[in-house]
Amino acid sequence: MKKNARMIFGIASLLLVLVYFFPIWDIKLKAPQYPEGLGLNINISSITGHKKNDLNSINNLNHYIGMKKIEPSSINELKIMPFIIGFFIAFGLIIVLLNKRVLIWVWLSLLTIVTIVGLYDFYKWEYEYGHELSPLAIIKIPGQDYQPPFLGTQQLLNFTATSLPHISAYVLTLSVILAILAIVIDKKEKI
Amino acid sequence: MAEISKQISLFYLLIKLGVLMFKNFKSKLTIMILFVVSIAISGCGKESDKPDMTGAAAKVYVAPGEYDELYSFMSGGFSGQVSVYGLPSGRMLKVIPVFSVDPEKGWGFTEETKAMLNTTHGFIPWDDAHHPELSQTNGEADGRWLFINGNNTPRVARIDLTTFRTTEILEIPNSAGNHSSPFLTENTEYVVAGTRFSVPIPQEDVEIDKYKEKFKGAISFIKANEQGKMEIAFQILMPGFNYDLSRAGKGKSHGWSFFSCYNSEQSNTLLEVNASQNDKDFIAAINWKKAEEYVKAGKFREMDAEHYHNVYNENSHSAKSEIIKKVKVLLPSECPDLVFLMPTPKSPHGCDVDPSGEFIVGGGKLATVIPVFSYDKMLKAISDKKFDKNIEGIPVLNYESIIAGEVEKPGLGPLHTEFDGNGFAYTSMFVSSEIVKWSLKDFKVVDRVPTYYSIGHLMIPGGNTRKPYGKYVVALNKITKDRYLPTGPELTQSAQLYDISGEKMKLLLDFPTIGEPHYAQAIEASKIKDKSKQFYKIEENTNPYKTATEADAKVVREGNTVHIYMTSTRSHFMPDNIEGVKVGDEVLFHVTNLEQDWDVPHGFSILGNNNSELLIMPGETQTLRFIPKKPGVIPFYCTDFCSALHQEMQGYLRISPANSPVKLKWNTPSN
Repeated sequence: MKKNARMIFGIASLLLVLVYFFPIWDIKLKAPQYPEGLGLNINISSITGHKKNDLNSINNLNHYIGMKKIEPSSINELKIMPFIIGFFIAFGLIIVLLNKRVLIWVWLSLLTIVTIVGLYDFYKWEYEYGHELSPLAIIKIPGQDYQPPFLGTQQLLNFTATSLPHISAYVLTLSVILAILAIVIDKKEKI
Repeated sequence: MAEISKQISLFYLLIKLGVLMFKNFKSKLTIMILFVVSIAISGCGKESDKPDMTGAAAKVYVAPGEYDELYSFMSGGFSGQVSVYGLPSGRMLKVIPVFSVDPEKGWGFTEETKAMLNTTHGFIPWDDAHHPELSQTNGEADGRWLFINGNNTPRVARIDLTTFRTTEILEIPNSAGNHSSPFLTENTEYVVAGTRFSVPIPQEDVEIDKYKEKFKGAISFIKANEQGKMEIAFQILMPGFNYDLSRAGKGKSHGWSFFSCYNSEQSNTLLEVNASQNDKDFIAAINWKKAEEYVKAGKFREMDAEHYHNVYNENSHSAKSEIIKKVKVLLPSECPDLVFLMPTPKSPHGCDVDPSGEFIVGGGKLATVIPVFSYDKMLKAISDKKFDKNIEGIPVLNYESIIAGEVEKPGLGPLHTEFDGNGFAYTSMFVSSEIVKWSLKDFKVVDRVPTYYSIGHLMIPGGNTRKPYGKYVVALNKITKDRYLPTGPELTQSAQLYDISGEKMKLLLDFPTIGEPHYAQAIEASKIKDKSKQFYKIEENTNPYKTATEADAKVVREGNTVHIYMTSTRSHFMPDNIEGVKVGDEVLFHVTNLEQDWDVPHGFSILGNNNSELLIMPGETQTLRFIPKKPGVIPFYCTDFCSALHQEMQGYLRISPANSPVKLKWNTPSN
């Protein structure tokens, strides 16, 4: 591989370090009773409120509709994710050392698969929270589920829920684009 | 047109009257006509007196959802509380209970708050609160605390402006009628407490006629710059006058405090007449830095003077009383250069210091001028020993040597003066019911505007500080008469807002207030609003009766006392079914609000309780005492509409006869 391509791919791999520091996804909730809004950040290894007690408040409100409590400590994905990202950083740096373009293809395919699986998993998680409601729920509306939107805005009773990617999601995207760019540059320079 | 024709006919009438008078000078008819005409004129005058209100509405309109520009804190006078208003809208935001019990908030009714109202006379459920005073740093209101005096049973309270709750009350010994208080120094070093009534010190059973011999007036300086640590640093035993109002020096006069006093006649009966005889009473200038030196040098007498210090702790959410046994007392006769008396015309009331600290303005209730004293001249007169006489070892300064000027013909009954920071002073006139604006340059009146009616204090935001905010003046009126829809013999109390940003003062708004709006303070909203506490962190709650989670809820019997450790959260109590309580038991509901969210207080009340409700802020624990008297099953419920299922937030307490074998039983989250 050419020097430029190696460098760009190196950056692509190292960029992933940012994923440890910034949230991946962001869910905002607004209601007449919460003009200031409630919100959750989904991070690589945790789920935290926008404000200190938001997770508490959301769990408290969710008991009215019979939703399960969101307990970050019981979500396995949050335990595995740091290792998966760690793997991509390490593998990426090894590829830079080994200097084999074909391995970038491998890296890219794996990351794409992981991202798709991850997003599906996130969707499934949202689906389960939104649909698996306690039969003792205080508020029961036939046919109503409370699945937050995967992407975009949706009205759930008095709450307007908005779900959007956060910084780390963009970092992942940028990383993929840079990896592709590395391959393209490497090909071009060889010709 | 109607107005013009009225004027013309009036003019015509006057000419006719002149001719008539000329013809039969002493006839009864003339007097009758004179009477009728004067009524007509006064009626006419009233109509044209109506202020032009164009544009006023826009200046006080705060659109729905928008915030006011200023917080204003108004004393409730004889309601004993403080109420918080937004300005310029005049919308009431909150009533803060201070010296009076408040069943709405459980203040003085819950086990945690009762100690706040303890005094050496026992629990006192009421007082008369006059002067709110915002804490200052470098002579500017800083938005940390509000202090206020309790007049009747002398006390000073501190309100924390992050929680808008009274957190400290200090009883003032040797004092009687704590009127010239709390008026603080420019870095909140001290709040002061001057006694309105002189009394025997120490108290004793003497003939009232021994007034001149036995009665003294105590002025206290209270350390105030640390929350929870108010303490009387020293008292000065003054002659037996009535100490009325006070202000501390500012800038160059920092280190001095000024106290107006009347009844220099030292009369003890029919003061209305007997205390109005002397041409001049006094403003006492106290050099408190000098007092500090005397205290340091040990020139004080330690005196038995039991008093209470009550502190509300925001972590344990409960108050504790401490009894303090002694005070340090300074006698002016033993401490030269500590106090000087400035002769002030006719029963001075207000005693106000301008933003520069140079001018001390006296408001003689019965005086025909407003005297303005100069701080620099006062210092010079002291060093030149320009003393006219001596009262109980206190030098009386020569009036001419200390006066900077007199405001001539200000109006009738000058009381209080505040400043706009642009070189003008504003004095309230009780008798002529107006605000008079005058210049600090030449002491000439430049504008006057009527108030409705009989203004007492007036307040310019920051008008008592080194940096007035200006812009508005609020009139705090004593009488409202015909200003509002009548409400029986007792009419609403009222304040009025005036625009002072221009040359002419302009009335903007009347708004009703709670109790007597005796005095007020105001501060930019930005200095307080972002520090406002939203809820108490449950992990920081150190109340010994806290219930941290629903799983910890329990009921414990200790002899005849039953402790119920209860939680409240939307929309249930835990436990909510309690059995095994008996007639005659003392039942203590320790309710912890587990919410950790803003604006979710829960209430708690139980049928047949000779007590108030609880109103528990998120993260707080509060305790309600209940002595059941009849067997049966009674409900309790949440009183503050908390959620969609607030009406379901209820429970039952079973009460069995005194000798019943029913055992304690309650539900838990798992059953």
